[in-house]
Amino acid sequence: MLIKSPKQSDLKEHQITDESVYLQRRDLIKKMGFVGAGTLISSAIPSVANANGLDFFSSKPEKTFQRYALNFTPDSTKNSEILTPEAKVTSHNNFYEFGTSKSDPVKNAQSFNVKPWKLKISGECDNPYTLDLDDLTKSFALEERIYRLRCVEAWSMVIPWVGFELAQLLKKAQPNSRAKYVAFETLHDPEQMPGQASRRLGGGIDYPYVEGLRIDEAMNPLALMSVGLYGKTLPAQNGAPIRLVVPWKYGFKSIKSIVAIKFTEKRPASTWNILAPNEYGFYANVNPEVDHPRWSQASERRITSGGLFARNRIDTLPFNGYGEEVAEMYSNLNLRKNF
Amino acid sequence: MKYNVVVFKLFIHLAALLPLINAYYLALTDQLGADPVESIIHFTGIGAFNLLLLSLAITPISKRFKISILLKVRRLVGLYSFTYAFCHLLNFLVFEVQFDWSLFLNEIIDRPYITIGMVGLLTMLALAITSISLLKKRMGKNWQKLHNWVYLAVLLVGIHFYWSVKSEIIEPSIYLFITLMLLAFRFKKFKKRIKKD
Repeated sequence: MLIKSPKQSDLKEHQITDESVYLQRRDLIKKMGFVGAGTLISSAIPSVANANGLDFFSSKPEKTFQRYALNFTPDSTKNSEILTPEAKVTSHNNFYEFGTSKSDPVKNAQSFNVKPWKLKISGECDNPYTLDLDDLTKSFALEERIYRLRCVEAWSMVIPWVGFELAQLLKKAQPNSRAKYVAFETLHDPEQMPGQASRRLGGGIDYPYVEGLRIDEAMNPLALMSVGLYGKTLPAQNGAPIRLVVPWKYGFKSIKSIVAIKFTEKRPASTWNILAPNEYGFYANVNPEVDHPRWSQASERRITSGGLFARNRIDTLPFNGYGEEVAEMYSNLNLRKNF
Repeated sequence: MKYNVVVFKLFIHLAALLPLINAYYLALTDQLGADPVESIIHFTGIGAFNLLLLSLAITPISKRFKISILLKVRRLVGLYSFTYAFCHLLNFLVFEVQFDWSLFLNEIIDRPYITIGMVGLLTMLALAITSISLLKKRMGKNWQKLHNWVYLAVLLVGIHFYWSVKSEIIEPSIYLFITLMLLAFRFKKFKKRIKKD
């Protein structure tokens, strides 16, 4: 059943960045193409937050990935932090399937075709099942969750996701007693994902991207299957049509464009752990005490709005500030060893 | 001839400065990608490396094709490489760690890729200061000895870039290859040096 509370969500609409800001990016690129960079300097467009002004050679996307409004219960987390503008959430993405630069996915993912989509839930369970594209937004009541997203690269955002608890999806499959872990897999489609077709564009990752959680982590009420952000379905570059959001872990755990979820007895592999086991652990809980070998994790830069002089460095909190909800799961775990 | 040099130098000033000013303008007004801090750090870093490689390409190219005018702008290109590199460091201090001095110093000491980048930059600083004609004259033979350290600097910069990336090693690998190519042109010089010492 869909629960709609338009009054509150209307209010929310005023806070959020309008889609027109996003669309202005294309205007900006057009301007640069036709009139040149000089015009750009004389006509400052401060609202075009997501357009990288140095992308002189990038052509404008032929089309824009279609997003639709969703019905959902407004956020109840009472997160009062300043939201990262939608234009930035949708243009600053680590999604190597569409290129390794953070500005690549918004350029390369616009023609991504999610029809037909199949999300298969299988493995150690009594009721394996498959969801197709429509099921993703209709099988479970959708709710908004405003979460902090902490990237392992020491930047963070605050994002209003729309989705449902992962636990709901998992319980429906009736996992059996051998289900100790949950494994996730991203779509493998080199024809659509240039990063999978070329090692140069894909950053040398062996695709498909895979991730995993312990079953208790997966069942935690904070673990979200997101089908949207800022009130609409996900943009392709953010992991359409469905992605995981695990707010107490570094962003790379929150796998995008998922096609398979599997209950397993053994701990599943995870992509960045395979690639550099000394830098990225299986748990990847946000932890200011344990540095990445190449940078400190004690603080982070919160991306909201503002240029170079935005004083946005803040302390990083254990479990990204969600310790109350999740710390208990790790009471017997050496977090320094199991980073 | 003299007129040509002036025009050529003016061109280099514009080619180096305009993109830098443009990038800072965009970054300050939040138009340089979603994270202008990261963008400006990458822009100045790769710009410094490009200019350093360009300055090192000047000697072999001018010798091979006998274009002596190129040698007259070598110092200028090198100085702009240092300018970009210095901006790169300032960006890190002012916009990335935001004057958290203990974090700044810890990162330089604890992170090998930053440590060697810093050594590379300090080397370039020494070269930039001694590029003043008056000092060059006073230093005599020592000047060339000191300025041979540019070969160390460019190697450090190449490794700094290679170690800084997460997994996308192809671009830094290409840069390292070009660096080694340019050093290979100096192979005879290195051999002589070693024999002498």
